[in-house]
Amino acid sequence: MAVEFTVNGRRASTDAPAHTPLLWVLREGLKLTGTKFGCGTGLCGACMVHIDGKRAFSCQMQVADIGGKSVTTIEGLSPDSSHPVQKAWLAENVPQCGYCQSGQIMNAAALLKEKPKPTLAEIIEHMSTNICRCGTYQRIVRAVERAAREG
Amino acid sequence: MNAPRLTRRDFTAGLGGIVVSFSLGSQPALAQQKKDRPKLPGSLDTNRMLDAWIRIGADGKVTVFTGKVELGQGILTALAQIAAEELDVPLGQVTMVSADTGRTPNEGQTAGSQSVQNSGTALRMAGAEVRAILIDLAARKLGVGADTLKTADGVVSAPDGRKVGYGELAAEADLKREATAKARPKPPAQHTIVGKPIHRFDIPAKVTGGAAYVQDIRLPNMLHGRVVHPPRYGSKLASFDEAKIKAMPGVVAVVREGSFLGVVAVREEQAINARTALAESARWIDGPELPDPAKLYEHLLTLHSADKVIAEKDAPLPAGAKVVEATYHRPYMAHASIGPSCAVAEYKDGKLTIWTHSQGVFPLRGTIARALGIQPSAIRCIHAEGSGCYGHNGADDVAFDAALLARATDGRPVRLQWMRDDEFMWEPFGPAMVMRCKGAIADGRIADWQYDVWSQSHNMRPGDPDGINLASSWYLADPKHPGPARQAAQPNGAGDRNAVPLYDLPRQRITHHLIQDNPLRTSALRTLGAYANVFAVESFMDELAAAAGLDPVAFRLAHSKDPRARAVIEAVAKAANWKAGEAFGKMRGRGIGFAKYKTTATYNAVIVDLEVDPETGIVKVPRAWTAVDSGQIINPDGLTNQIEGGIVQSTSWTLHEQVLFDPSGIQSRDWETYPILTMPEAPKIETVLIDRPNERSLGAGEASQGPTVAAIANAFAAATGRRMRELPLRPERVKAALG
Repeated sequence: MAVEFTVNGRRASTDAPAHTPLLWVLREGLKLTGTKFGCGTGLCGACMVHIDGKRAFSCQMQVADIGGKSVTTIEGLSPDSSHPVQKAWLAENVPQCGYCQSGQIMNAAALLKEKPKPTLAEIIEHMSTNICRCGTYQRIVRAVERAAREG
Repeated sequence: MNAPRLTRRDFTAGLGGIVVSFSLGSQPALAQQKKDRPKLPGSLDTNRMLDAWIRIGADGKVTVFTGKVELGQGILTALAQIAAEELDVPLGQVTMVSADTGRTPNEGQTAGSQSVQNSGTALRMAGAEVRAILIDLAARKLGVGADTLKTADGVVSAPDGRKVGYGELAAEADLKREATAKARPKPPAQHTIVGKPIHRFDIPAKVTGGAAYVQDIRLPNMLHGRVVHPPRYGSKLASFDEAKIKAMPGVVAVVREGSFLGVVAVREEQAINARTALAESARWIDGPELPDPAKLYEHLLTLHSADKVIAEKDAPLPAGAKVVEATYHRPYMAHASIGPSCAVAEYKDGKLTIWTHSQGVFPLRGTIARALGIQPSAIRCIHAEGSGCYGHNGADDVAFDAALLARATDGRPVRLQWMRDDEFMWEPFGPAMVMRCKGAIADGRIADWQYDVWSQSHNMRPGDPDGINLASSWYLADPKHPGPARQAAQPNGAGDRNAVPLYDLPRQRITHHLIQDNPLRTSALRTLGAYANVFAVESFMDELAAAAGLDPVAFRLAHSKDPRARAVIEAVAKAANWKAGEAFGKMRGRGIGFAKYKTTATYNAVIVDLEVDPETGIVKVPRAWTAVDSGQIINPDGLTNQIEGGIVQSTSWTLHEQVLFDPSGIQSRDWETYPILTMPEAPKIETVLIDRPNERSLGAGEASQGPTVAAIANAFAAATGRRMRELPLRPERVKAALG
């Protein structure tokens, strides 16, 4: 039976088996490839999305969990980089390879939604779920601070 | 946004069969004349036709071709800047075409921080020459002298105000000719695009979820593949349950070629489910056991090695010199890209097309052709960006795997992404290394420096004429074999990279022992041997300084004549407010490391502050300072990003990273068994850039990793009084050292 949910404000449904990770439904079913596959075990953060406004590893969410829920992906944050977090990421030239950055941006956006003016310690604690191999952590912190400042 | 279009993103464009083979076909004929022809600058020498690099359309738009690839280092932006600058066209009119065996020059691998030097030089010279050709044409058209004409924004202007656009000249401009490199490029003072802080073209798609990577390619009718790797090197496939897997939902093909095993399905999750079932049903005859990890370093010294003395000086050893000895170890390390390697392959009408994030599409094409026994002309490899690779990761292997799967799908394209465990267990690792030092101190100076380094090969990429460096080719029914380990010439070297210290040493003997065997599979990881050699050389410098009772910074300066080396050491000491003998309290300390990368490139010095918790064995690096001299700075922000990223990555290597294995196989399979540095552990970094406008620009992506590990090791010794000579500084090892 098809499961119905919302993605980036639009109605969506999938007939994938109940245990299928949301990640594949987004990437394959809906062709929203901004959400990345990194590890499949919730250890890297590359697949991070928002579900009902809260951050979630889409590789750890199954189709059975998302019925009636509202999913936001990087494509839904803004299509034109107008979200404050995306603007800050551009201004700070954060990405090197960029593969982890969709997840980093979604994670930062979730933080600022909950806590618009986080302290440095709160930023670092919150962002610690997402790893970056190129070593852009310092710029990520700067970009989150900028997004909080410039809103 | 004023950005050139990158055709790499337009992934379906190549499907229409627009294979442009213009001037590349004449290369063999040119090669025969090699002896007589003049040397041309950069990669122009090996790709000599102007239209191999630059084409101009009737609409005035410029297409620039390069054999180099974007790895997140911003190279395509930099090359577009260079071409637009010399051509005098707006950056927005430039489209970059990168590394496509059907369309671009062959520039080998994108590696070793060489791209601006090779591809950039070619584009600078070709751009200047094309502009001169356009001016000559305009002069004839307008009936005026060429020297009276000016160019700007893609338009040639005469003094009387008449103008001709490049597009109007394009049809007559004969670029199907060999470059002469006679046209003079602009002097830097006239640059309006080069040297300016241009935002990288690849970044916008990376922050909006645009199709930025090979992992995101979605072709019509595309299928999804997965592979089942053997449990360990050299295993042979005995049996598997083909009927059961074929009956699974969505499965289109099960592919077995010797001991290569893979599956293709309609949807990605179906391919993953089939892979799991396939792996469970497969029975293997195990390959040879791996070495005992507890005796790895002794084992490496027993293997056959090709030995070469790479530097020697013979001043006599003063009587009574104080001898110091130390041996250092570095483990196998993984590239550990965040995104597992991926490729898309299509086999249709006898032609194989592969979209790949390989660093060298031409060597890959040639090697796949040899592995499959087909002509290179039947294969087209097109670069598309992947997750950061930091050297030779699974990119080439997965491209070959995708090709094997695509032969079984009746022309439908197959997208194959490795799973996390495929990447960790089957990528070629950075080699484990042993560095043995013996030195002597007399009158506060180094009187002797004997150094031996043992390492497997750091370069087992595709392209070797005597072997097939693609993992799955070794498991085919007719198995292929990897190429031999090869010495790389000094001064750059490979396993011996940075083994020769930059210091003034009156007496030295440095020997590289290139191990010929491959107990674990290895190849190029960022910096090659430099990370380990700088760790050993700079740790040993501190050990010698301690033996002499001298301050580490003063001791380095006393042995450094090179003013640029002195300048970075002095600058970082000033930034960190280094004071000789300063104490920072219990279990806290500060250390320095320095190197000139590859002995020929960027000068970099790093100081770190370090804390050790003796109860848990956890080491923290809260602060780092660095000073860098990479010649003339092209883009200060890009330089800072590379240097700081290198410090963070090296801190990760140094504190955490070690490929786990036991005799039964590789045991690092995920981020728990191969942890990397997280944000809370990353040092706060302060960077001092030293600009040298009159010195040539040098690559900086690999400059800071060596100095960082050395600074951490030296800070650990300063904090605890104990020296760590084996990496990484994991808690259990730290507790044992402090115990």
